[in-house]
Amino acid sequence: MSTESAPSRSVRTLHDIAHCRAGDKGDTSILSLFVYREEDFELVVEQVTAGAVTAHLKDTVRGEVTRHVLPQLGALQFVCAHALAGGVTTSTALDTHGKALSFALLAMPIESKAAR
Amino acid sequence: MTPQKTIRIGCGAGFQGDRIDPAVILAAQGKLDWLVLECLAERTVAMAQLRRLADSDQGYDPLLRSRMQALLPLLKRNGFRLVSNLGAANPVGAGREVIAMARALELPMTVAVVTGDDVLGLLDPDTPTLETGRAVGDYGALISANAYLGADAILPALASGAEVIITGRVADPSLFLAPMMHAFGWPIDDPALLARGTVIGHLLECAGQLTGGYFADPGKKDVRDLAHLGFPFCDVESTGHGTFGKVAGTGGMITLRTVKEQLLYEVNDPRAYVTPDVVADFSGVVLTDHGDDRVHVAGATGSVRTDTLKVSVGYRAGYLGEGEISYAGPNARARAELAGAIVHERLHHDLPDVRIDLIGIDSTHRTDFGHPHDPYEVRLRVAASGSTRERAERVGLEVEALYTNGPAGGGGARKFISERVGIVSTLMPRDLVETAVVHLSTETTTTMATASEMPAAVEDIVEVPDPRTPPMLHGAPPP
Repeated sequence: MSTESAPSRSVRTLHDIAHCRAGDKGDTSILSLFVYREEDFELVVEQVTAGAVTAHLKDTVRGEVTRHVLPQLGALQFVCAHALAGGVTTSTALDTHGKALSFALLAMPIESKAAR
Repeated sequence: MTPQKTIRIGCGAGFQGDRIDPAVILAAQGKLDWLVLECLAERTVAMAQLRRLADSDQGYDPLLRSRMQALLPLLKRNGFRLVSNLGAANPVGAGREVIAMARALELPMTVAVVTGDDVLGLLDPDTPTLETGRAVGDYGALISANAYLGADAILPALASGAEVIITGRVADPSLFLAPMMHAFGWPIDDPALLARGTVIGHLLECAGQLTGGYFADPGKKDVRDLAHLGFPFCDVESTGHGTFGKVAGTGGMITLRTVKEQLLYEVNDPRAYVTPDVVADFSGVVLTDHGDDRVHVAGATGSVRTDTLKVSVGYRAGYLGEGEISYAGPNARARAELAGAIVHERLHHDLPDVRIDLIGIDSTHRTDFGHPHDPYEVRLRVAASGSTRERAERVGLEVEALYTNGPAGGGGARKFISERVGIVSTLMPRDLVETAVVHLSTETTTTMATASEMPAAVEDIVEVPDPRTPPMLHGAPPP
């Protein structure tokens, strides 16, 4: 936890307010992010942008990140190109499918009002 | 045929190696009309094709016998029909094996096999891949090319009345959509209905991933009794809406959250989910929780199918060599890092893509997000591609040699070698792909092949090939 932010704000991670599942197609990782509570949807739409995810996953995702906003489902869908070190079938990585990347996204810091 | 009002479709397998007992529970207690087993991942067909090249009787799912042994008696007793892509690279061989098993179990059985997905003979090597635009033929020795067939290829098999329907490569949701189209008489040119059925198929296709599997996060998302996870079924209405459920007393749960995670799973564009049957839009899907593990789905929309089929192409991609060794206690991380540096220096000239991972530090996410820490124990993992088995084997040998040549206190060395199949995708005009149905029965020694384009009444009677000769569709382009 950081203590450097403004007194009314605190830094948490996405894991506190959202859940995520990762899927793969070739060398593309698809991260589906869902807020637990509807009232947090605006906050993730504002902070968890394609650019923010690109920066957070810079050591993993080599290609472009496309974001789909799905208000009806309280969900954001991130389609991350060149994310699987060449893809399921020829990568030398341990997690060839990138199945565990859901929790890499959930490790992303977010700012939210401290009092809940 | 009188159209049915609702049908119940269960999913008894969500991947090749899935548990068998949840399917048995569904088959015994689920009051199913249809049981679907989805057993083919992206590269499973290519791996199966390698087995078929080694033995022409093989190439279907290695768990086919175990699954059928458990399910065929229940199918006979409870009267549901079974649809599965267990055929992998040899659907006709799989169909014959089902017949052989039914005979051994003394169960009269009819089987229909859908063929035509093997398009290796039709593939133009200059065709660009979807991944890189490079020609398919540039990737190396091609092993397999399989088109993702749609529900239209399965319908003639369902119309035949066969109790077991075996396919090779078929789009996963199509395995579920076909029974809906068959039961309700949905036309192939009604994208609204096909999209609704496709969303139900998509939600069912990973079995336990709908019912709380791959979901639990202790303290945040708790799931009851995952050791006995129940697999899902859907009560599908003729309108295309449906309600998911599972057998009472099984583990897991069906909630809005489990369903939402699966709804978007592996979906590239939620507003344009392309299958051979339809282009479906999931963005307007409405989910309603009725409690007691019952969730209702409605609201998918769709537009007309594309003119092409996706083709998955498998090529030989050499070998993967891996080696692992553990370090624990004081200074474990530094000793593991030294070990990795030693192996890297000895391998990187000959095996340039050699990869050093520290399990416990950065092996899974390929980063620790700038939070270095010293865990109590670290496992070094080294991996590299080799063009030959011998080259790839060097990885494991170098890691093992750390015992007497590396840092202090290494233990638990293991080495692994695996042949690799690469997969790329391309598109093929759908009118090039000709599908057919092969009918098999425990009661007869002849088989009828019906080309799907022909009227159902026109059937060619052909001899059953000797099982020891290569199956009739092996490696050859469709007629």
